[in-house]
Amino acid sequence: MEYEAVIGLEVHVELKTNAKAFCGCTTAFGGEPNTHVCPVCLGLPGVLPVINRQVVEFGLKTALALNCQVAPFCKFDRKNYYYPDLPKNYQISQYDLPLARGGHLKITVDGEERVIGITRVHMEEDAGKLIHVDGPDGGYSLVDYNRTGVPLLEIVSEPDLRSPAEARAYMEKLRTILQYLDVSDCKMEEGSLRCDANVSVRPRGSQSFGTKTEVKNLNSFRSLQRALEYEIERQVAILESGGRVEQATMAWDENRGVTYVMRTKEEAQDYRYFPDPDLVPLEIDAAWIERVRRELPELPDARCRRLIDDYGLPAYDAGVITSSRDLADYFDRVVALYPDAKTVSNWIMGDFLRLLNAGNLEPGQSPVPPEEMASLLQLQKEGTISGKIAKQVLEEMFATGKGARQIVEEKGLVQISDAAALTQIVEEVLAANPGVVEDYRNGKDKALGFLVGQVMKATRGKANPGLVNRLLKERL
Amino acid sequence: MDLHYLTAHELGDLLQRREVSAVEVTEAIIERIKAVDGRVQAYLTRTAEEALEQAKAVDAARARGEEPGPLAGVPMALKDNLCTGGVRTTCASQMLAGWVPPYDATVVRRLKEAGAVILGKLNMDEFAMGSSTENSSFFPTRNPWDLERVPGGSSGGSVAAVAAGEACYALGSDTGGSIRQPASFCGVVGMKPTYGRVSRYGLVAFASSLDQIGPITRDVTDCALVLGVIAGHDPSDSTSADLPVPDYRAALQPEIKGLKIGVPREYFGAGIEPEVETVVRRAIAKLEEMGAICEETSLPHTEYALPAYYLVAPAEASSNLARYDGVSYGLRVPGKDIIEMYMNTRSQGFGPEVKRRIMLGTYALSSGYYDAYYLKALKVRTLIRRDFEAAFSKYDLLATPTSPTVAFRLGEKAGDPLAMYMSDLCTIPVNMAGLPALSIPCGFSQGLPVGLQLIGKAFDEATLLRAAYAFEQATEYHRRRPELGVA
Repeated sequence: MEYEAVIGLEVHVELKTNAKAFCGCTTAFGGEPNTHVCPVCLGLPGVLPVINRQVVEFGLKTALALNCQVAPFCKFDRKNYYYPDLPKNYQISQYDLPLARGGHLKITVDGEERVIGITRVHMEEDAGKLIHVDGPDGGYSLVDYNRTGVPLLEIVSEPDLRSPAEARAYMEKLRTILQYLDVSDCKMEEGSLRCDANVSVRPRGSQSFGTKTEVKNLNSFRSLQRALEYEIERQVAILESGGRVEQATMAWDENRGVTYVMRTKEEAQDYRYFPDPDLVPLEIDAAWIERVRRELPELPDARCRRLIDDYGLPAYDAGVITSSRDLADYFDRVVALYPDAKTVSNWIMGDFLRLLNAGNLEPGQSPVPPEEMASLLQLQKEGTISGKIAKQVLEEMFATGKGARQIVEEKGLVQISDAAALTQIVEEVLAANPGVVEDYRNGKDKALGFLVGQVMKATRGKANPGLVNRLLKERL
Repeated sequence: MDLHYLTAHELGDLLQRREVSAVEVTEAIIERIKAVDGRVQAYLTRTAEEALEQAKAVDAARARGEEPGPLAGVPMALKDNLCTGGVRTTCASQMLAGWVPPYDATVVRRLKEAGAVILGKLNMDEFAMGSSTENSSFFPTRNPWDLERVPGGSSGGSVAAVAAGEACYALGSDTGGSIRQPASFCGVVGMKPTYGRVSRYGLVAFASSLDQIGPITRDVTDCALVLGVIAGHDPSDSTSADLPVPDYRAALQPEIKGLKIGVPREYFGAGIEPEVETVVRRAIAKLEEMGAICEETSLPHTEYALPAYYLVAPAEASSNLARYDGVSYGLRVPGKDIIEMYMNTRSQGFGPEVKRRIMLGTYALSSGYYDAYYLKALKVRTLIRRDFEAAFSKYDLLATPTSPTVAFRLGEKAGDPLAMYMSDLCTIPVNMAGLPALSIPCGFSQGLPVGLQLIGKAFDEATLLRAAYAFEQATEYHRRRPELGVA
């Protein structure tokens, strides 16, 4: 039997607000343990939370960008459970009246576009971090409360995803949107973007759902995809051998490449949600929603469309370039100075991204400003340097931060397009390779390439390749 | 002149006229505490040194010709669930026996800014759960009118200190009657302001939707003065109301002609001691004689207030008290793993009444029971609120007994939680509706004080104070002092 997977994702996003959700402490990542804390986020006796307006603002932005309906009235609830990284032993969250519901986003996998439903978006606070120290009797644990109270958005998708690749595409698209909104760092490795996956399998074509498991601890796009692939395979194997999938919470073990059971259904916790009496319900008026909507930046889908329509870029190029707001901004700035969009796109998708990745840099951290990228392309177009030299110059620009013209001048990389200067070298190469010349004259066209290469070598790549070709042919 | 039995406004006048110094007053009351607290046992922590420093600072300010205000230099004390930076705040629990807060509650900060001299921290039922102060994990406080009787609770230490001259006034907290019932038992004035009138920031939470801080004083004028200092919006408390605070002292006019007072019959039902009823009805007749229009009315859902309260308050408490886990502050009793540490800590750190309420509340919020218990209780709460709304469409105030009984004997109800809970029958509905109410001395039964409860419209503490002041001006009950012996 053929099976299909049914996947829904619960994504947690740490918001980079100026302060924590319910107190004035910084949300900055890192810092000495327990230095970004105050009585409120430490949950000391007697303290009270006050909602940071910016958290709601960021939540609204996100909800609107995800095409959600914002609730005119929402409230905060307490989710009660004991864990040593949770100082109050309850988490302030939103239960039955979340900030927003009923949105969607679009993903494209293998050229096919799909609309994925968003069930809800709600606000909550993050917990602290436990550091386990091994030792006799099982060791001990230390708690760092710096992260405690950092605002989170939980974004829950509908079970609309049908493959690990779609799940990954959803997660990447969501991250792109969040980056465009500038509401989160979205660094999975630092935990500012986290994901739990609900997954079940069913015979293809079936309308009912199978028993799902929830997979936690997915700390990268890669582990999301791998864990889902593993878990789907595991569930299919159970069904094919006549067994039943048990509802459970699973964890992904990145090193062993397996999921394992954390909690079974019987051990499921009763969180005893109830409205937090320390916080008043939030009423979000239409004017606020409209203001946030007006101020939304151009979002990835619209921007992608614009690159296709205005510049005639292929959909693939537009998709890659708009997958990051910084990259798309970079593209726009280069194109403004060097209006050959396809050439710019080729360079950005090729050497530029390769060099960024090699340096482990984000597009916003490029050592080559867009103006310099444009002037590099201009040098090539003018014929001052060859395409090959341009690639070398770009590497040099990444390495040193120097401008394109400066490097070309300092290193004497200006292309030799002076026939008189090249004729001498061409004559020498012909004289030094009589056998190859003979081959060419006997009809071996490939021999010409060798001779061109020799001229380029002799000029350290600076010779104008078209001119070299012409000069060689004239003499052969 | 016995400085320790002067009211805050009397002391304030003397201080402002430089007839006494704040240090003299403070020393006098410290002496008084030394003399009588062995019998009353109101204080858990005394801060005599800090108090004298504060007194000196006020004297110095006045010596410079400044006038720091009517409460500056007047010695007072705090219920031990109000956080005081640098001074331990125990909630009368072993759980917090050694806990020193790093911050001041908003009310404490406001009092300090007003020049208050803080003598120490006062006994209470553990985490404010109880009606007799017998649930203190340290020791019970005695009723100054009869040392074999309870002072009421949970703010028993606060009222006993004020009644015994061990503090000029005190702050308490009131979740279901914890200021008013003990005020009634000890013959002082105790007010629970409207929910949201006074910031709860720094009040160790029992039941957040019901808790409110209020003054405990020896007369109504002091009540108005203290309320004026502690009331007002606080950005640190989302539930505090952003409303202007009237000049409460200016509202104290001994004139209640035409004031419409409803007398809800449900508050005189089964369980009320006949003599308490007589005293309270006589007080209401007095109000009528003074020109108020009193008539019987009904708050039909009153009988459901107590059971609903015992779902809402424990539910919130079960969550509020979850933080006492031994992880980062307070008592820690080690165990072989984290779960055992939690269990050991909470088993040893909490007393039986606190555990009972945590269990009640946990149950009421549990999956499968939530709708039947917690949600139902919230609906009852709405009905109770509507009862009051209907009554206040006709009346300016409501008058009831504060408690169905006078102070009972130590141990008398300690083994019977339900009997103990009934002590708050008349006060609980007011918290459920979030309304302001106060208890004033209105007579005696068996030689023990009886309190009259006046309930007002939301945020209309001024009318409450005016009626209470008029009654006080026409009577002498508030002038009687206990003999600090056994009846």
